[in-house]
Amino acid sequence: MKLTINAISVEVPEGTTILAAAAQAGIKIPTLCHLEGVQSIGACRVCLVEVEGAKTLVASCVMPVMEGMKVYTNTKRVREARRMVVEMLLSEHDGNCQTCNRNNDCELQSVAFDLGITDITYQGVKGRNEVDASTPALVRDNGKCIKCRRCVTVCTQVQAVGALFPQFRGFKTVIGPAFNSDLADVSCVQCGQCAAVCPVGAIVENSHIERVWAAIEHPSKTVVVQTAPAVRAALGECFGNPPGTLVTGKMVAALRRMGFDVIFDTNFTADLTIIEEGMELLKRLTTAVRDKQPVALPQFTSCSPGWIKFAETYYPEFIPNLSTCKSPQQMFGAIAKTYWAKKAGKDPKNVYVVSIMPCVAKKFEAQRPEMDDSGFVDIDAVLTTRELGRMIRQAGIDFNALPDEDYDRILGTSTGAADIFANTGGVMEAALRTAYEVITGRNLPFEELHVTPLAGLEGIKKAAMTITGTLPEYSFLEGVVLKVAVVHALGNAKRIIEEIKNGEIYHFVEVMTCPGGCIGGGGQPRLTDNEKRKKRIEAIYKEDEGKKLRKSHDNPKIKQIYGEFLNMPLGKTSHHLLHTEYIKRERV
Amino acid sequence: MAENTTGYRYYLTLCDGPTCMQKASRTMRETLERELARLHLSDKVRILVSGCLGMCQKGPILIVNPGYAMYGRLTEEAVVRIVEEHLFNNRPVLDFIIDEDHLFNKFYRVFGDVNFFGKQMRIALRNCGVIDPESIDDYLCVRGYEALAKVLSVMTPWEVIAEMKKSGLRGRGGAGFATGVKWELTAREKSDVKYVICNADEGDPGAFMDRSAIEGDPHTVIEGIIIGGYAVGARNGIIYIRAEYPLAIKRLERAIAAARAAGLLGQNILGTAFSFDIEIRLGAGAFVCGEETALMHSIEGHRGMPRPRPPYPSASGLFGKPTLINNVETWANVPVIILDGADWFATLGTKTSKGTKVFALAGRVNNTGLIEVPMGTTIRQIVFDIGGGVPDGRRFKAVQIGGPSGGCLPEQYLDTQIDYESLTQAGAFMGSGGMIVMDETSCMVNIARYFLEFTQDESCGKCTPCREGTKRMLEILTRITEGSGTAEDIVRLERLGALIKRASLCGLGQSAPNAVLSTLRHFREEYEEHIQHKRCRAGVCQAMLSYAITDACTGCGACRKACPVNAISGTQKTLHVIDQKACIKCNNCFVTCKFEAITKS
Repeated sequence: MKLTINAISVEVPEGTTILAAAAQAGIKIPTLCHLEGVQSIGACRVCLVEVEGAKTLVASCVMPVMEGMKVYTNTKRVREARRMVVEMLLSEHDGNCQTCNRNNDCELQSVAFDLGITDITYQGVKGRNEVDASTPALVRDNGKCIKCRRCVTVCTQVQAVGALFPQFRGFKTVIGPAFNSDLADVSCVQCGQCAAVCPVGAIVENSHIERVWAAIEHPSKTVVVQTAPAVRAALGECFGNPPGTLVTGKMVAALRRMGFDVIFDTNFTADLTIIEEGMELLKRLTTAVRDKQPVALPQFTSCSPGWIKFAETYYPEFIPNLSTCKSPQQMFGAIAKTYWAKKAGKDPKNVYVVSIMPCVAKKFEAQRPEMDDSGFVDIDAVLTTRELGRMIRQAGIDFNALPDEDYDRILGTSTGAADIFANTGGVMEAALRTAYEVITGRNLPFEELHVTPLAGLEGIKKAAMTITGTLPEYSFLEGVVLKVAVVHALGNAKRIIEEIKNGEIYHFVEVMTCPGGCIGGGGQPRLTDNEKRKKRIEAIYKEDEGKKLRKSHDNPKIKQIYGEFLNMPLGKTSHHLLHTEYIKRERV
Repeated sequence: MAENTTGYRYYLTLCDGPTCMQKASRTMRETLERELARLHLSDKVRILVSGCLGMCQKGPILIVNPGYAMYGRLTEEAVVRIVEEHLFNNRPVLDFIIDEDHLFNKFYRVFGDVNFFGKQMRIALRNCGVIDPESIDDYLCVRGYEALAKVLSVMTPWEVIAEMKKSGLRGRGGAGFATGVKWELTAREKSDVKYVICNADEGDPGAFMDRSAIEGDPHTVIEGIIIGGYAVGARNGIIYIRAEYPLAIKRLERAIAAARAAGLLGQNILGTAFSFDIEIRLGAGAFVCGEETALMHSIEGHRGMPRPRPPYPSASGLFGKPTLINNVETWANVPVIILDGADWFATLGTKTSKGTKVFALAGRVNNTGLIEVPMGTTIRQIVFDIGGGVPDGRRFKAVQIGGPSGGCLPEQYLDTQIDYESLTQAGAFMGSGGMIVMDETSCMVNIARYFLEFTQDESCGKCTPCREGTKRMLEILTRITEGSGTAEDIVRLERLGALIKRASLCGLGQSAPNAVLSTLRHFREEYEEHIQHKRCRAGVCQAMLSYAITDACTGCGACRKACPVNAISGTQKTLHVIDQKACIKCNNCFVTCKFEAITKS
C-alpha cells in the first residue's frame, strides 16, 4: 500500500501500522506502551499522529495504513498533544528521577526529554505510592507506574501466569495482583519479565547490592562469586557496548577489582548438571525401555527457577517429571561450601557465595528453605546483570578499559557445553552432546555439535532422533526414537504440557522461563527485544565454539570432583548435595 | 387482552415502572387484589401490569378500561374507593382521575395505532403501557412477530438490509451511525460464526430509556434482534444488560422462553431454514461497558476496556467474529420499519435524522418521565409543551442533553431541533437520551463538575488523556467551586478539554470534556464570577456562601443549638452572631430558624 508520511512516499504491505511504516521512512515516533511483538494497544497515546480527514488524532502503533493515506507526524497539533500526554503522565508519576533505580535507563525520562518537556503545567495529586516488597525477587512501586500494561500483557500472555491486572477505574486505576494483594500472596513465579519490560521504575529487582558490599568489606568473610553463562553476553550493554559483545574477561577483572575474593564460574556446575541430569535421563529411559517399569517421562529440565515454581503451582501433577537436579546456581553453592571450602581450608560458615545471574527468580530460588544442603544457606546473595553493572559503576571501575582476566581454579573451569545453557535449546544440546556419546561412544552427528532444529527463537521446537549403533550396555536403546522438545516463555511451556496431556510423547523437554532463554532473562540489561536476543545468542555460540572442550564430560575438573568427592553421578553425595525435591503450591 | 376477552368486566393497567414501583405500586396491587376479593370481583377484573407509562410525576398510575379512566397518585384509600365505587358500582371516582388534557392520555386512548399524538410519537415505545409485557399473546395482538414472519417468508437478507438503509434509521445509542450500513458491513463479512448483540448496558446517570423499553415491551426488542440476525447471517444473539435491572432481565427471560416455545426462536424459526437463539449476559455496572468494544471484552470474560478501532466489530468483534451491535431503542424500531415500510419511516423526522427519539426527561420540569418525540421536535416543545415548563415560577436556565458525554444548552438554543447534527453543532450530543432541565438554582460550574466526576470515576483507566486528563480537569473545577480558582484555570480547562477530545482512545474519553466545554462556551460568565468575585449566583457552591443573622432574630437560640461547630454565639433574646471563620456552611442554622432571620449570599 502506498501512503505519504510527512510528504515522504512509503510503500508497505497491507496491515502494516503507521508506526512501522514511519520507521521505514526514517521517522521515529515516540512510544511508551507499545512493545514490538508483545503489545500494541494504543493506550498511552504518546505515538499520536495526524491523519488527513480523521476527526481525532490517531495512535500510530495500532492504526493500519490505508491506500493513499496522508500522515503527519510533526505538526504543531501532534507535538502539543504528545507533550501534554507525557506531561499528564509526569503529573501522576511519583518519579524522583535522581534516586530512581531507572535513572538514565527510563523510557519516560527519555520520551520527556525528546519531546522537550521543561515544565509540568497540570500539577495535581500523584498516584498511590504503595511499595510492595513482599517477594524475594521483585519490588513494585505503584507511585511510579504509568499504567502502560506491558507487565500485564507479558505476565498473562507471554508467561501465562496472570499475576498482574489493571484494577479499579479512572485515576484510581492500579496495576497489580488481584484484590490489591501483595505479589507474594498470588501465584507469581517471580520470573521478572514484568521488570524487564517496565518502561519506568515501577517494577524492579529486589536489590542485593548493599548486602554484597557489606560481605566484601566484612573482615572474616571469604566472598566467592559465580557468574552465570548469560551474563557475559549482556553485561557489556551496561557500558555502552553493542548487544552481543562478549565481556567474560573484563567481567572477571572487574569482579576481582571490586574485592571479591574468589571468582568462579556457574559454567562449572552447568557441566556438572549435564552429567547428573543426563544420567538421570538415561536412568529413566532404562527403567522405561529395558525394565518396562512405570516412570515419569518426559523428563523436564530444572535449571530455570521460574519454570519450577510455575510447574509446582499450575501443573503439580508433573512434579515427578521434573529433573531432581538442582539448578547450576544451587549446585554451585552446595559444592562451594563443602568440596571447595574444605579444599581451600576455609570454614564454610565464613564462605559467602554471591551469584551473578541474568535472572530475578534466582533470588527466589536461593531463599527456598530446602536449599541448605551444605549445612548453610547455599547461596547468600544473588545479583542481576543490571545490579552488577551498577556495582561496577559504584566501584569507579572503567569497565571498557579493563584487561581480560581468567577465572580462579578449580570451579572456574568449564566447557562450551556449559556456555550454551544461556540460550534456548542450549541445555538440551549440551545434554545430547554427552548422552549421545555415552550411549553410542560417538560424537553427536551435527555440524559444530549444534542441534540446529532446537536452536533459534521459535517458541516450541521439536526433534526426533533414532538411536543406532549403541554401545553394548545401552543396546536396549537400539532403534528407539528419542523425542525431545525445547520451549521458552511459560506460555509455550503451558502449550507443550497441554500437548503432553493430550497424549503427545516426548522423552526430554527443556523449558526456559524467559523468551530466548537466560540471555533474555528478567535481570538482563533493558530492553531485551528479539534483535538483542539474537545477538546475545550468537555471542554465546561463539564463546562455545571458541573453547577447546565442548562437551561437559570432557571437563577435567568435573572428572576430578567425581574422583575426589562425588564418586559417581546420582551417587549418595550427589543425591545429598546436587538433587532436590519440589512442593505442590496452591494456586491463587 | 388477548386471551379470554369475554368474562372480564374491567381491565386494569397498573404502572410498574421504576418510579411508580418506588411509590409503592406493588402494595397498591396487593390492596387491589384484597379489595377485589372482598367484593367477589377477582374473576371479573383482570389486572395488567405495564412498564413505565411516562407519567412518573403523578404515579402510581392505574388505568381502568373500558372507559379509559386514568387514576394517579394512588393511595390505599383511593384504591379502596376505586374498587368500591368504580369497579363495583360502575361510577368513576372523579376525585382521583388525573388531568384529562394531558398528551399521554390522548395517546393511550388510541393505543395500538401509531400516529401523531400531540407532540409525542411512540414507535419504539409503541406498546409500552398498552400491552402486558409478560404476555406473548398480548404482543401478538398488536402485530407482534408479524415483521419477523414477513422477513422470513418474503424477504431476502439483502432486501431487509436495503429496507433498513432506505429507512434512514441511525443508531440510537449515541453516535448515530447509519444502522443499515452497519448491517450491510456485517452481512458482507464471510465467517462461519457471526454474532448479533443488543446493547442494554444503560449507564448514563438518570437514564432509564432502555430499561423501560424492555420492561414495557421485551418482545419488540427480541423481534428486532432476530430480524437483524437473519439479515446478517448470524445464529447467535446476545443481550448484554446490566445486572441492576432485575425486572427487565426477568421480563426478557420470560419473553425469550415464550418466543422459544412459540417457535419464534431456536431451530428452524417458523418452519424456515433460519435458526437463531438469544442469550442474556449480565453486566456488572461499569459505565464504559456501554462502549461496544468494552462490552464485547466484558462478554468474553475480560475487564471491560475499549480497544482501538479498526478493526470494527462488523469485521472482528466478539471472539474475533463479525458482530452486529445495536442499542435497545434501535432494535425496537426494526419491526415497525419492516411492517410499515422504510418509505413511511423516512417521512418522519428531519433530513438527516429519521424517526423518533426516546428521552428520559428529568430535572427542574413539571412533567418528568419517559417521552418519545419525532426527530425535528424542538427542545422548547419538549421542555415547555410536553414537560410543562419549569416549576415554582422559576426561570429556565439550561438543558443538559446526552448524559455525561453531552453538553448544556442555554435558553437561546431552545429552538434547536432534535437531530444528530443540530445537537452536535450546538455543543450537545444526542447520546442515548438523557435530558435534564435546569433552572436558576443550578450552578453550571457545579453541574460540569458533577458530570466530570462521573466520567473520571467511570473512565476505564486505559488511555492517558481520559485517565489523567479528566482528573486534572476535575481538580481544577473543584478548585473553582471552592473559591480558589485562578484566571488561568479557564485556559487550562479549555486546553485539557481539547486534548482529551482529540487524543483519547474511545468515544467516552473523546466526549468526556463536553460537559465542561459546553458550559464554558455558553456560561463562561458563571465561571468568571466564581473565579473573580468568588460568587455562585445559584447559591450552590457551599464554599462561596456566607451566612448572616438579620435583625429579625428573636434570640431564641435554636440556631446556636443546631450549629455543629459552635460558630453561633449570643444570649437568650439578644441578636445572635455567626463567626464567619468558624462557619462550615452546613446550612443547619438556615433550615432551623423559624423567623427567616438567617440569610445566605
